[in-house]
Amino acid sequence: MTEPAAAKAEKRATREAYGEALLELGKENKDIVVLDADLSSSTKTSVFAKAFPERFFNLGVSEQDLIGTAAGLAAAGKIPFASTFALFGAGRAWEQARNDVGRGNLNVKMAMTHAGITVGEDGASHQCNEDIAIMRVIPNFTIVSPADAPEAKKAVFAAAGQKGPFYIRLGREAVPVMGEREFKLGKAQTLRDGSDVAIMATGIMVCEALQAAEALSKEGVSAMVVNIHTIKPIDEQAVVEAAKKTGAVVTAEEHSIIGGLGGAVAEVLSENHAVPLKRVGVRDVFGESGKARELLEKYGLTAKNIAAAAKDVVKRK
Amino acid sequence: MPVDEKKLAELRKKARETRKTVLQMIAGAASGHPGGSLSCIEIMVALFERLRLDPKNPHWKERDRFVMSKGHAAPVLYACLADKGFFPKEELKTLRKLGSRLQGHPETTTPGVDVPTGSLGHGLSMANGMALAGKLDKAKWRVYALLGDGECDEGQVWEAAATAAHHKLDNVVAIVDRNMVQLDGPTEEIKRLGNLAEKFRSFGWNAIEVDGHDFGQIMGALDAAEGFKGKPTALIALTVKGKGVSFAEGKAAYHGKPIVGEELEKALIELEGMKND
Repeated sequence: MTEPAAAKAEKRATREAYGEALLELGKENKDIVVLDADLSSSTKTSVFAKAFPERFFNLGVSEQDLIGTAAGLAAAGKIPFASTFALFGAGRAWEQARNDVGRGNLNVKMAMTHAGITVGEDGASHQCNEDIAIMRVIPNFTIVSPADAPEAKKAVFAAAGQKGPFYIRLGREAVPVMGEREFKLGKAQTLRDGSDVAIMATGIMVCEALQAAEALSKEGVSAMVVNIHTIKPIDEQAVVEAAKKTGAVVTAEEHSIIGGLGGAVAEVLSENHAVPLKRVGVRDVFGESGKARELLEKYGLTAKNIAAAAKDVVKRK
Repeated sequence: MPVDEKKLAELRKKARETRKTVLQMIAGAASGHPGGSLSCIEIMVALFERLRLDPKNPHWKERDRFVMSKGHAAPVLYACLADKGFFPKEELKTLRKLGSRLQGHPETTTPGVDVPTGSLGHGLSMANGMALAGKLDKAKWRVYALLGDGECDEGQVWEAAATAAHHKLDNVVAIVDRNMVQLDGPTEEIKRLGNLAEKFRSFGWNAIEVDGHDFGQIMGALDAAEGFKGKPTALIALTVKGKGVSFAEGKAAYHGKPIVGEELEKALIELEGMKND
């Protein structure tokens, strides 16, 4: 495949949109508070910190304390957004997320940046390909994985407006801004209709999925593209309907193929309408240092990989 | 405010009754943690004497907050909440039973419980979060957290200790039930905790050591904590694990083993004879 057409589009990181959304929310609602663990300039909570220093708490490099403190703020009526890198927020503080936030069904919004392999040069220690899997098993959490900056902004507003625990998955890299579309929590978006295969993607892989569908159409394969921004609760109806219509499914995510979107879709389909399925994502391996694009290519997370998977499942029908 | 002798006698009586109630609750459940429950009875009775609460309105905005960070002492919390009228005392019998609001470790489904606990090391962070909210709202209410000494092995306790000091959370009081024994044995043998008061001071806290079974000292220290501005206060309450039941005192064996049958009879007789002085 040649240079993706979308590369020419405006590019913005979802974390940038997060910072903007916090600033707007902070103006609207004085109960919005923000916590960070010494990464505010990276997570973009620094934007909020500058505007509302009295409502911003930097807890230093202590992620367990970050989530616990956020839980306490929520228990006392505030709407805390807690941020750090996904690996540390979901990983190191998983048990606080589970036992404090989830079990207490507290109104904590865990908005974690630097998810996935596109963290890039920092390497495997900071790349997080496991967060969807480990957050998805905690009851009460809503999990949102926005595809681009405008969607991230809408997701942050939606999370602020709905009581209960949220995990919002954000990225470091600037990614193409796709067209304006309606965002409704729990409702998958069909971005392109098709009849031979359904590509269900989340996060930055949605854009890759659209490019794959475009390439497939030139080879006579009609691919539907579904953006699953809300991974939990997953839009079961949309997943099953797309499988019924096309008879073959490919999932695409910047995450391990184990337990993430691919796992969630496989669960829905195997219980409701089993069809040939292929999961595009990070295989059961750790990443490494490199440029974001280089990593996506080396680890098989491109439009080309999605298109190949699509042709494979179509053959298996 | 100083507590008069009449009040002290009344509190001691309540402590004795609470001990009996808690032992019977744990025996009824045939599971639970008697050792660390018996060590914190006076602390809890003193706290519930002091906390500004409205049992008819558990979510009253101006209430003081309490976090049972050592969640395995849940039976004591439930006994105190029932005594205040948050729910019928009859319900205490349902501890740890299927469908009960009184879970093995605290859940927010119990009236009067604001945050879930039970996994050690979490409570002080949540107490700090509430205290930060209180400061933002310029509220008068205060936050109390009860920690176990074994719990202080958890790194998160010290993350939270640093947070409370940094943010000058003088509306937070952390009480450590320093009973010197954790599940596997004496704290100083498992992993030396040393001088907890000095540890908290080095983190920037006001720290007070008290006899954790002496109501006069506990009430006095809680008064002092409320008057102390600019720093959070740690009360290191020196206690005896299994306090009040001779054969369980100081024993790790009764950390998580219920006292039942003949042993329960013996314990209840001993507690009956426990003096109010």
